[in-house]
Amino acid sequence: MQPFEWEKPLLELEERISELKQFCARSKLDFSEEIASLERRASTLRREIYASLTPYQRVLMARHPKRPTTLDYIRMVFDDFLEMHGDRTFGDDAAIVGGIALFEGQPVTVVGPQKGRDTRENIARNFGLPHPEGYRKALRLMRQAEKFGRPVITFIDLVGAHPGVEAEERGQGLVIAECIEAMSFLRTPIIAVITGEGGSGGALALGVADRILMLENAWYSVISPEMCASILWRDSSRAAEAAELLRLTPTDLLKYGIIDDVITEPLGGAHRDQAFTGRQVKAFLRRYLAVLKKTKVERLVEERLARFRRIGQFHEVKLAEI
Amino acid sequence: MPAHETDGLWVRCDGCGKLVFKRELEKTSFLCPACGHHFRMGAPQRLALLADEGSFTPFPPLVSANPLGFPGYEERIRQAQEQTGLDDAALVGRAAIGGSSCILAIIDFSFMGGSMGSVVGEQLVRAFEKAAAERLPVVAVSGGGGGARMQEGIFSLMQMAKTAQAVGRHSREGLLFVSILTHPTMGGVYASFASLGDIILAEPGALIGFAGPRIVEEATRQKLPEGFQTAEYALEHGMIDAIVPRPQVAQCVGRLLLWHR
Repeated sequence: MQPFEWEKPLLELEERISELKQFCARSKLDFSEEIASLERRASTLRREIYASLTPYQRVLMARHPKRPTTLDYIRMVFDDFLEMHGDRTFGDDAAIVGGIALFEGQPVTVVGPQKGRDTRENIARNFGLPHPEGYRKALRLMRQAEKFGRPVITFIDLVGAHPGVEAEERGQGLVIAECIEAMSFLRTPIIAVITGEGGSGGALALGVADRILMLENAWYSVISPEMCASILWRDSSRAAEAAELLRLTPTDLLKYGIIDDVITEPLGGAHRDQAFTGRQVKAFLRRYLAVLKKTKVERLVEERLARFRRIGQFHEVKLAEI
Repeated sequence: MPAHETDGLWVRCDGCGKLVFKRELEKTSFLCPACGHHFRMGAPQRLALLADEGSFTPFPPLVSANPLGFPGYEERIRQAQEQTGLDDAALVGRAAIGGSSCILAIIDFSFMGGSMGSVVGEQLVRAFEKAAAERLPVVAVSGGGGGARMQEGIFSLMQMAKTAQAVGRHSREGLLFVSILTHPTMGGVYASFASLGDIILAEPGALIGFAGPRIVEEATRQKLPEGFQTAEYALEHGMIDAIVPRPQVAQCVGRLLLWHR
């Protein structure tokens, strides 16, 4: 993984600090003042760089190969987890993982796309692009959760549903519609956490929830900035411009009322301190699960439906104007 | 397949390659007189074909806002309105088909590819809500290219949830939804309300699917199978109830509405 261009000055500085520290240890000379001063500079630089990330820089952070995956969050957030496989119809899609986990002693159902941590694993997991059987597995596990009154927690990090011949033949569009519909009426609390990429219908199929949380360096939109740029200008290399236009950052989405809260990441991104990110996600889940558990399930479903019912911007036309 | 305009008066048929006189096409419900190929048709013509004469009362029109402040979007909307005479890509209202009352929604491809933004989403939701309130069936004719209205970004995506939920509420009242897929029904339109019909019909040759054929081809680097994502292909793979040629659609829907009265 090449470092991002905008991080290079910081990474170089951090490298120098670590070299100086090693030198001190070896030579028994005292450079602690110099080190402290460099660390102050690094900390300022870090704030400067990461406080002003452009939308596209956030998109790239969301795709960082070292970024925690769904299984990482499952390991960090829950006390126990039993993975469950298969859609009972066709197969088991490794691009979506799911099962029952214990959250501070309480059983919950967890579902999310799984990207690979390296090329080999990415091929096995189809880069986290689900086939219809992945969505059918998700649907099955969510219905199972409903039956036993378990809250559902989904983690979302995928560019989209897999575009392929077999996926189309096995009903990709239909199953996404079914997931959206089923989650909308599911009689149990649902929390969705957008941890990385929230790409289009494939993400929404896991994203109809009572609370929608989003990590600071995640994106969520109807189309990827690359595809948008290639439609607008026939040039996917202008993705950075498209990312601005699409308003896909958590800040924008919070303002629009699409999401409910933003989970802050360590400076420099979730991958820089996975454990910290895991604790953050856990704290947010704890807070929102507590609220949702207090609400009657009828009301949860009503409010969930009302929330989406409101979304959209248009003008009523008075008949006189026609 | 897009109809290639050769000049103002003639169109080349994508089915057989013959030149067809446009006036002739209007008389034949936009079917090629030589081979029966189904040309795309506008919402007003579709309405005339499907609904009982004089039965249609449209819902009040809505006009799109520009929620993301997307450059040039207002202008695109204005142009599409001028070209089509529609307020947006959905024509929605109360109608009768074969003597049975229903709420009818028709998506028009000529308005920005029939894409679903806030207005289309809201009109569809109102259609299902009105139908639920009056205990009427819904008939929706879908035909939207990419499905999503890119210029509305996340708002467009959320219309998938909003419309799917409206179908769900209507359905839970025990009411009928007949979804008719015409060329092309793809992306966000297909992966939301259009797939959720109790009965899903399609016109011959209509392109139906989630990811567009070019995207699938680029992503998989395979040659696509013959007839990939056509209505016939969808039928073969178990995705739709029946293929109904255009001249029989009104009569077919009329029978379905009658049987569910």
